[in-house]
Formats: sequence, C-alpha cells, structure tokens
Amino acid sequence: MNSVELAIKKEISGGHLPAVPHLVIQPGITRSPLNLRELWRYRELFYFLTWRDVKVRYKQTLLGASWAIIQPLFSMLIFTLLFGKLAGMPSDDIPYPLFAFAGLLPWTFFANAITTSGNSMAGNVHLITKVYFPRLIIPASSVLAGLVDFAFAFGVMSILLVIYKVPVGLNILLIPLLALLTSLLALAIGSWLAALNVRYRDIRYLVPFLIQLWMFATPIIYPPSMIPENFRLIHALNPMTGIIEAYRVALLGKVNGAQINWMSLGLSTVLTLVILIYAAYNFRRMERTLADII
Amino acid sequence: MPIPFAIKVDNISKLYQLGEHAQITRTFRDVITDSFDRLNPLSRKQKNGNHRKESELWALSDVKFEVRPGETVGIIGRNGSGKSTLLKIISRITEPTSGRVEIYGRVGSLLEVGTGFHPELSGRDNIFLNGSILGMSRREIEREFDAIVSFAELEKFLDTPVKRYSSGMYIRLAFAVAAHLAPEIMLIDEVLAVGDAAFQKKCLGKISDVARDGRTILFVSHNTAAVLNICDRGLLLERGRIVADGAIEPVIQTYLKSLRLARPHDLTICSERQGNGRVRFTSARFEDERGNIIEQGISGYPLVIALDYQSSDEQYLPNCRSSIVCFDSMGQFLFNCTSDLVISDPITLPPSGTLRCIIPKLPLSQGQYLLNLMLAVNGEIEDRLHNAIELEVADGDFYGTGRVYLDGWRGRGVLVNHEWMVE
Repeated sequence: MNSVELAIKKEISGGHLPAVPHLVIQPGITRSPLNLRELWRYRELFYFLTWRDVKVRYKQTLLGASWAIIQPLFSMLIFTLLFGKLAGMPSDDIPYPLFAFAGLLPWTFFANAITTSGNSMAGNVHLITKVYFPRLIIPASSVLAGLVDFAFAFGVMSILLVIYKVPVGLNILLIPLLALLTSLLALAIGSWLAALNVRYRDIRYLVPFLIQLWMFATPIIYPPSMIPENFRLIHALNPMTGIIEAYRVALLGKVNGAQINWMSLGLSTVLTLVILIYAAYNFRRMERTLADII
Repeated sequence: MPIPFAIKVDNISKLYQLGEHAQITRTFRDVITDSFDRLNPLSRKQKNGNHRKESELWALSDVKFEVRPGETVGIIGRNGSGKSTLLKIISRITEPTSGRVEIYGRVGSLLEVGTGFHPELSGRDNIFLNGSILGMSRREIEREFDAIVSFAELEKFLDTPVKRYSSGMYIRLAFAVAAHLAPEIMLIDEVLAVGDAAFQKKCLGKISDVARDGRTILFVSHNTAAVLNICDRGLLLERGRIVADGAIEPVIQTYLKSLRLARPHDLTICSERQGNGRVRFTSARFEDERGNIIEQGISGYPLVIALDYQSSDEQYLPNCRSSIVCFDSMGQFLFNCTSDLVISDPITLPPSGTLRCIIPKLPLSQGQYLLNLMLAVNGEIEDRLHNAIELEVADGDFYGTGRVYLDGWRGRGVLVNHEWMVE
C-alpha cells in the first residue's frame, strides 16, 4: 500500500519524539466539571486572549480608558444626590459619596464582567468553529480583562480616601482576596449566561435587566443594616451581599469602626463555589456540542 | 520507544441535524411556540411524518484508518463528502457521534488562515495572538518572529493595525504565521484557495518542506495537483465513507473518475428555500448536449441544466416562469437565465416534470459557481432556492484559440464572445 520510504520516515520521526503526548477523542467525555490540567496547559492562550481584550477594549473610543472611571464616578454622583441628599438614605455614619463608591467599585466590575463574559461566546464564534481550546478560557479572559478597569476605579477610590482623610486599616489587605472572590462569582455567572446564550439569544436582553434587579438586591445604595432582622438571612443568600459588605469594611472600616461580617462573607464564599462548580459543569456539557450549534 | 501510529481513527461517525430542527440557537419564544405545536395534533402528525429522517445527515459513517508518523495523507472528495467534518473531529472542534480517535503527538490544525486576527491590533500583536491561538508557545513565536515577518514581506507594516492592510497583505501575514507552526501532526484544510498565484506557490512550497521534514500531515484540498505534490497517500471520501485508501496517484484517478459518474443533486433536503411551496424543485442535474449527466461544465461547450419539479396536486400549472441565477464563488451576481425573456407566450406546465435550460456555449471560466433556482406560477413564487447547486466549470477552449483565462481569475470570469478589428 505504501512505499518503503514511508516506513523509513516512520522510523526516523518515531525515534526522535520525546515524551509524545497521547490524546483520545471519544463522544461524551465529561468526567470532571473542570479539567484543570488542560486549562493549565492552555494558560498562554488565556493570557493572550486576556491581553487582546484589554488592548482592544478602548480602541477607537474618544475617552479611552477613562470610561473605566466615568461609569462608577457618575453613578456615585447621581446616587449621592438622589439617595444621599434628597431621600436621606442612612449610610452607617459614612459620608454618602464614599459609602456609595465603595459599593459601586466592585459592583461595576462585577456587572461589566458578567455582561462581557455572558456575550463572549457569541462574539468569538470564528475561534470556536476553527480551533480547539478549553472554551472556558473565553468567558474567563473577559472577566480578567475587566480587572484593569477595576484597578483604574480603585485609583479613584484611593483619591477619595485621601480627600476624606480616611485612615486605612489592615483590613485593606483583604481587597485582593475579595477581588478574586468577585472574579470567581462573575466567572460563574458569566459562563453560565454564556452557555445559555449559545442556545438562547434571549440572554442578551435578559442580562441588563438582571443586573438592574440584582443591584437593588445588593446593599450598594443602602446599608445592610436597613434590612429587617428576619429578612437578613434571605438577603445574605445573594452572594454579592457579603462581598460588598466586606469591601466596604475593608475600605472604610476605620470611619465607623465596623468589623468584617465573617458569617456573611463565608456564606458568600460557599455560595460562589457552589455556583461556580455548577456553572463549570454546565459549561462543559454545553462545550461538547457547541461548535455544531453556535 | 517508537510509537505505533500518529493518528488512529476508529469507526468514527458523525450525525448532523438539518433543516428547521437544526436551528438550536433560538429564543425562548420558539421553545414556547414549539411546545404549543406539540400539543396540536395536526402539526404533530406533520412532524412525525418522514420529516425526522430527512432532517438527519450522517456526515461521516464508520470511518476507519490509521496514519503512521511521517505519513502525508491527502483527503479528497467532493463538497459535502465529510472531509472537513473529519478534520474538525480530529482537531477536537466537534465531537464524533460515535467512534474513537487516538493521537500520538502534538496536533496543530489549520482550518483557516488568520483565525482570531483582530482588526484593531497591529501586525506584530496579531502574530502573537494568532500564533498562540494556533497552539504555538510564546517562546516559539518569539523565536520564529523574524522568519514570519520576512516570509510575509511586511517588515514596514508591523505596527500598522491590520484593518489598514490590503486583503493580500492580510493573507500573507496570516499564512506566514501558520507556515511556521511546528507540531508533529499538521491538519490542513482547504486554506490555499486564497491569495495570489505567486503567494499560493510559496505556501505550497512551505508545506512540502514541512512534509519532507518527516512530519505527519493530513491535507484536505480540492486542488488535486497540490495534493499530489505534497502527499504520499490518499483517502477518498464519498458521502461520509472511505471509498479508496492507498498511494496518492491511483486514489486521485479514482476521484477524477467518480466526478464523471455524476448523480443528480437531491433538492428535497435543501433547507434554504422560500415561496408558497405548492410546487417544488426535487432534483437538478447537469447534462451535455446528448443528455448524458455530467458533473462539470466546460467553458465554451453546451450545458443543459435539468430541473425536476413536483406539484402537490394534479392541476396543470398556468402562466409559469422559471429562472436560474448564477453567482461566482464570492457571491457576486453574474447572470440570470429567465424563461419569460426568451419565451414570449405564457408557459403551462404539467403537475410534474422536468424543465431544461440550455446554454449552447457556456460562458464561464474555470472555477466554482453557485446557482439559485426559482419557479413562479401565475406571478406567485412557489419555490426559490438559494445556492441550490454548485456548478463546477473546467477550462475549455471558449475562443477557439487554445487560450484560457489567467489563473488568478478563476471562478469569477464571464467569457464574452467578441472580436477585435484593426483599422
């Protein structure tokens, strides 16, 4: 059937391959919700896609990266005017602008992250149908790219802290951990939405609405202390509740002497992990038929 | 330890759902209306008919072969024979419905050049992005960077966003990255159908260099000359099955022979259609002047396009009009053959039969074309099929001078009878 030459070629290349990778392709391989080893192998692609998202984010926009600041800053101004001044919303003895911005800082990151990652699969169809890689990289890089905006907005927060002469406590060291937790929750929700978005394009219309409702369920414009005692547990079932509270204490705890509510934060962490595992499993299941239906 | 094989494909099958049911990307509203449909006994009857089977397509069935390390295998076959599906399964883009593939070695797949290029990013950035998407490590890209840039001949435009590139520059850059991939196993789909002729040659040369390097290559192409150049072994696919496997020359011979033994195109499975649907085209075929079915048209020779149609009732069809619209492979409109332009009296058609459109001297140059079909009865469109059939045209001596169109013009040339006078 084939020439002798081929047999020789085989000898040559066969002998020289060091530790040849072995791969089996079969229908329905979904043993674990997360193939961490494979994700690790594709870490460079993850890096490059994130880098691309960061680099292109504000290309051909007039105001460029200042959008990262404008969004939370203007929301803060409007909230301060409406809720702080006009409605007289309590803010746990914290100046209302500070109070609102400390909540808006993580919330803006979270809301943008679930929006972009929720739409990310539909926006990368050309990649999905032409190259293999763990698809979770796509929503994950959308979330990660949002951290750059978060960093800019954090700069504004620092300026506000200086202006209001807020002393910074040790709790500020919690911020990176909180950012990680927010990112994981955003990834969980974002990849869940992304998987649904592949099947139902309604998601695109649902997300802005969902974000709006979710924001009112989260203590951003109001303090959690406003919630009646017997509803606090239900309120804390929103994983963003514990996270936002913790951000606020980490940033502004010195103003009113508030302490981290470990119960609430712990509950948020557990909920985040549960949702993340479910979302990852769901995403893997969707991944199998993705290229055929997208 | 020498490895026993590079790729082992074991009884792979792939089922696709076609037609309306294939559109799984839908909105909640569709889901809800579908559920109501299911409650309605009338529409259920319709759906449970033979609709189900018609909407399924086995793109591959029980495909089985083994590739040894260092082999270069050309996969050939007509459009829709399953070549690309096979490559997509081996490169893990889509899952097989059943069967198993085993691979020893790092796989690089090139199903498209320029995958993931971002128009806003510079040439330099896109080399890194695209290289990484195609599976190169950052270090490999850095090492090959200069070679990629000089292969693409784009040194001066490295920092220009690729959206400002001409399409030729874009393709050169994209291919340059792809040409410097260095996995043990390369899967290459029909990616050479782009770029100018000279650059195509350069790319083919690069691929043969890779092949001579002892790397395993699976190469899908319509270009039998390129396959012959690069590959030692051929696999011929027909309707999702392997019908020939062996040394490249005889497999190509078999393929070319099968092209001449053409079958009519079944139009009943065509999903992209509009119109009332009381009359439908059922099949189409190309014939020569003696009525033999042919697979290809030849420039300058007669071509008959025969269209079978079927009405849903026994009534004669008054005042009919039919047209065939021809587009080039890029979707550019070329010409329209409409019955009422050449026949002045209204046509009445029997409830079923065959329409023939006769083109005495086919005015198309070598390449692929797409035909839209339309049938109207009494001014109402009954059936309109978009891209219903592909017409493959081989070069013939249109002008009687033995000269043919330039290579780069293939697939988009209308040939016009003309003369030159010198005074």
